[in-house]
Amino acid sequence: MCGLGGIFNLTGKGISGRDITIMASMMKDRYDGRGGGFAAYGIYPKYREYYAFHLFFKDEEAKEVTEEFLKDRVAIIKDEEVPMRNIKEIPREQIVWRYFVEVPHKFKSKADYLKREQDYIIDTVFTINDEIDGAFVASSGKNMGVFKAAGMPQDVARLFKIEKYNAYSWITHGRFPTNTPGWWGGAHPFNILDWCVVHNGEISSYGTNRRYLESFGYKCRLLTDTEVVAYLFDLLVRKQKLSIKTAATALTPPFWSQIDRMPEPMKTKLTALRMTYAPAMLNGPFAIIVTNAETMIGLNDRIKLRPLMVGKREDFVYLASEEAAIREVSPELDRLWAPRAGNPVIARLNGDVKEEIIH
Amino acid sequence: MVWKNFPPDFYVRVDKELCINCMRCIKECSFGVHEYDRKKELWKRHHEKCVGCLRCAAMCPAKAINIEKSRMEYSPHPVWTNKVRKDIKMQAETGGVILTAMGNEVPYLSYFDHLVLDACQVTNPSIDPLREPMELRTFIGRKSERFDLEEDSGASLKTEIAPNLKLETPIMFAHMSYGSISIEAQLSMARAASKIGTFMGTGEGGMHKDLYQYADHIITQVASGRFAVHEEYLKRGAAIEIKIGQGAKPGIGGHLPGKKVTKEISETRMIPEGSDAISPAPHHDIYSIEDLSRLIYALKEATRYKKPVFVKIAAVHNVAPIAVGVIRAGADAVVLDGFRGGTGAAPQVHRDHHGIPLEVAIATVDRRLREEGIRHWGSIIASGGIRCSADVAKAIALGADAIYIGTGALVAMGCTVCKKCYTGKCPWGIATQIPELRKRLNPDEGAKRAANLLEAWSHELKEILGALGLNSIESLRGNRDRLRGVGLNEIDLEILGVKPAGW
Amino acid sequence: MLQEFKKIIREEEDFVIIDAKGIYYRELNELINELILNGSKKFRILNVNGQRFIADGLRGGYYIEIYGTAGDDLGGFANGPTIVIHGDIQDGAGNTMNEGKIIVHGSGTDIIGHSMRGGKIFVKGEVGYRVGIHMKEYKEQIPVIVVGATAGDFLGEYMAGGRIIILGLEKRPEVEDIVGDWIGTGIHGGAIYIRGVITKDKLGYSANIKEIDENDRKIIEKNVREFCSYFGLDADEILKSKFTKIAPISRNPFAAMYSDSRENK
Repeated sequence: MCGLGGIFNLTGKGISGRDITIMASMMKDRYDGRGGGFAAYGIYPKYREYYAFHLFFKDEEAKEVTEEFLKDRVAIIKDEEVPMRNIKEIPREQIVWRYFVEVPHKFKSKADYLKREQDYIIDTVFTINDEIDGAFVASSGKNMGVFKAAGMPQDVARLFKIEKYNAYSWITHGRFPTNTPGWWGGAHPFNILDWCVVHNGEISSYGTNRRYLESFGYKCRLLTDTEVVAYLFDLLVRKQKLSIKTAATALTPPFWSQIDRMPEPMKTKLTALRMTYAPAMLNGPFAIIVTNAETMIGLNDRIKLRPLMVGKREDFVYLASEEAAIREVSPELDRLWAPRAGNPVIARLNGDVKEEIIH
Repeated sequence: MVWKNFPPDFYVRVDKELCINCMRCIKECSFGVHEYDRKKELWKRHHEKCVGCLRCAAMCPAKAINIEKSRMEYSPHPVWTNKVRKDIKMQAETGGVILTAMGNEVPYLSYFDHLVLDACQVTNPSIDPLREPMELRTFIGRKSERFDLEEDSGASLKTEIAPNLKLETPIMFAHMSYGSISIEAQLSMARAASKIGTFMGTGEGGMHKDLYQYADHIITQVASGRFAVHEEYLKRGAAIEIKIGQGAKPGIGGHLPGKKVTKEISETRMIPEGSDAISPAPHHDIYSIEDLSRLIYALKEATRYKKPVFVKIAAVHNVAPIAVGVIRAGADAVVLDGFRGGTGAAPQVHRDHHGIPLEVAIATVDRRLREEGIRHWGSIIASGGIRCSADVAKAIALGADAIYIGTGALVAMGCTVCKKCYTGKCPWGIATQIPELRKRLNPDEGAKRAANLLEAWSHELKEILGALGLNSIESLRGNRDRLRGVGLNEIDLEILGVKPAGW
Repeated sequence: MLQEFKKIIREEEDFVIIDAKGIYYRELNELINELILNGSKKFRILNVNGQRFIADGLRGGYYIEIYGTAGDDLGGFANGPTIVIHGDIQDGAGNTMNEGKIIVHGSGTDIIGHSMRGGKIFVKGEVGYRVGIHMKEYKEQIPVIVVGATAGDFLGEYMAGGRIIILGLEKRPEVEDIVGDWIGTGIHGGAIYIRGVITKDKLGYSANIKEIDENDRKIIEKNVREFCSYFGLDADEILKSKFTKIAPISRNPFAAMYSDSRENK
């Protein structure tokens, strides 16, 4: 059991971290204090051109080894310690450092340089997580960052001075871990490039999804089922160019009994989609929030075994496990609803929020 | 000195007080065990002829017959077992190869029996398949790597969908030819497959005209003898399977003796009546992998790329690279037949000593296809020694897409695994062409029983998925995280890709 | 405790008024229980937002008004109180309730009325998934749920007794039908009445469409009138509509599943 929340401003207006912290603390009965975290978009406008690496180091030695490795792969434009408070609730387990990096120019010569550049960044992240003992990349997207630790989310917010950041998109997660030990890296959100995921529930199809992703070169080494969601979105949307709606449909497709009742050409289309992405289908009870720089997506499992509420007030969109969390920051709402099972709710920057009907 | 069948395997004990001298046992036994001397009014039981099929005991109206395992044995020896000594004596007497039937009898380790399934507790609700949707639908065939729409909003599909078989449950009836089994047995499976929404295989004996109406649920076979292979036959079935090998007798061919080639079999196989039907050990147009590709594409051309083409291989030492080659050669599915697979006739030495376990074959083939990034190019159909729904679930969790059952289907229709299929005298009317024996299997009853078995296993599969918190079979496929090994060594576990219980 | 919370309590006529803003659920519920021990019978709780278990296990005819969003498991195991919510409810309201009433002016989410044995729940707005799951009846106790708007999938799943009425008076844009799929799946007792026409492909396993008889009409009328009385709606207008009744195929729909029971047939 976990709790999750998100705040998204449709016009890209920056919001202080205070509201998301309030949302998180409203759901404290859903956590046990072994993992909490936040992701924020739009927080590094000065360095928006560069990949922002948030790194955890076990000790100075891990930091030195990682920096040696990084210098070989990328150009470090700036690096600094991520500001932190000393709080009694969360002992400093990790050194937390951020690096703004750029990919060497040789990758920019080809036509598909962006894709190649992004694959290069992913490879860099996987190599650090995989091969450098005591180092962990918490996030690697541009103009965004993940802040997480082993503690209650409201304490993690104090630890990282979350209230001092202004972001147009925030997500949070409080963890009640049952499948993997609680450590800083194991807390949500999970990130790859600018994709972030927070997740409540369990991905019971993890083994199938992981082996599918591995055949595309992804390395699932975080010892948690949630990471596959981030990689699946990266694969389907960034690499295979599916729309977010189609990708979400592949992950939580309608049942065959529903597809069989559909008219053509919908029936053929969904049959082909399910056949193609059978190993990508997410099974088990879950509510997830997935974000990238332009989007916030809320998604439930196909039979809705976890709660998720959506609220809208003017240009603000709120997602949370409990209505109360939304009401606490926005007592008055233009709309509040629980999306149906398997229907993605998509909020787009400079667009609107919409529940897509796929079930 | 006659040593054949001495000492006998079975002892036929008849309770004289119960026996009503109705002579039914004489009629029922196709091996001539029971004899009555009318003059002397005396019964004679030829124990040495008894195969332990229990037909007489089951049919005896007085329930007077008890078939016992013979207690007479040679002096015990742990290495020189009775079976070993009897085999040697039989071969010394006849100079022949020992013929047998059904699956491997050597008690090798069964991996299925050392794998256990997971279940939900607290963190993940188990799902009740009786009340909530639970999907077993499975597609067999090539899949696309990605899904391509003309435009996202538009519905027009750019992805070309290769022909796939749609199974409503991931269980099919294995190829057992007309000739090795009766048309009544084939009809039973064809009807059951149509009813359930799955498929049966013709084997290499062609498709009897009585099966035409079920052709949408029949996979035709092209084997090395090419019996019955004809463009109409290829086009009639739902898919085509090239049989390279069989788990029960990897590396060897087959032989249907001329005396079994009756008029109807002759018509179906398109060979003269009474002629031997020999299936060579290899296909003589396939001496290497590129030749297999040639045959696959010849079949696809002949059927205008409308039928998926499967290739069945016996699970042998190098199964992973071979299976990958088969998929790369253009097969839409590879059928892996493990060393416990059944047969109607095979030399004992091959049946018992060649090939590798199915579980290992699935695990290594699935892994290898993934490593090469071509898992979606073809499906894996597992076959050979699958006994229950738990075996099905474990095979799928290891990486199979669907499974075939042969022996299980026969047992459902009445077979008692007496291992005498090759005699053609099957007392249950299954592995026989003798009209009086064939009458014993009513295809309506056989179809009902075969369908019941599929229904029961499918239901159990849904319960298994529910306990795992999954509502679709595709989330179990290759999901080895939901398996644990019990009593397996480190290397076995690594090969299977499964953690030991406790981890 | 009463001393401690003096600031947030006041009395008005025969009501005790509690301002629950920022109060943790344990304290709030402890406070209500203490007030009850002191003889209070009627409560008006303001600024509720997400506090769980309000009126959980409460026995007796207390009257509780809630302003705000009530947290999970509101009225769980309740045995007699009447709870009126001017706002929404969250998951599991009325969980295993034995007696009492929950009247909701807003909407609700999933598993409302889970395993309910008696009492009534009236929700003016919509409800989520698996509402009325495993509702049951026992002797004279027949629980009832009436919903003014729509309900999600698996309505009345495993239902073993009781009555569910869905009126579909309003629908949000994403929702096509009054009730989602797999209606009454596994139902083996009780009945679901849905305003309008429901096709068979919407039903779950073991559910069937049945003729509405005089007795059904009485049940619908009585409960719709009560529902309308709480929310100021016109019952006569609603009762003009056609209703579809969904009830079990049999009381033992799964008897044929096991091989031993098949043999015994």
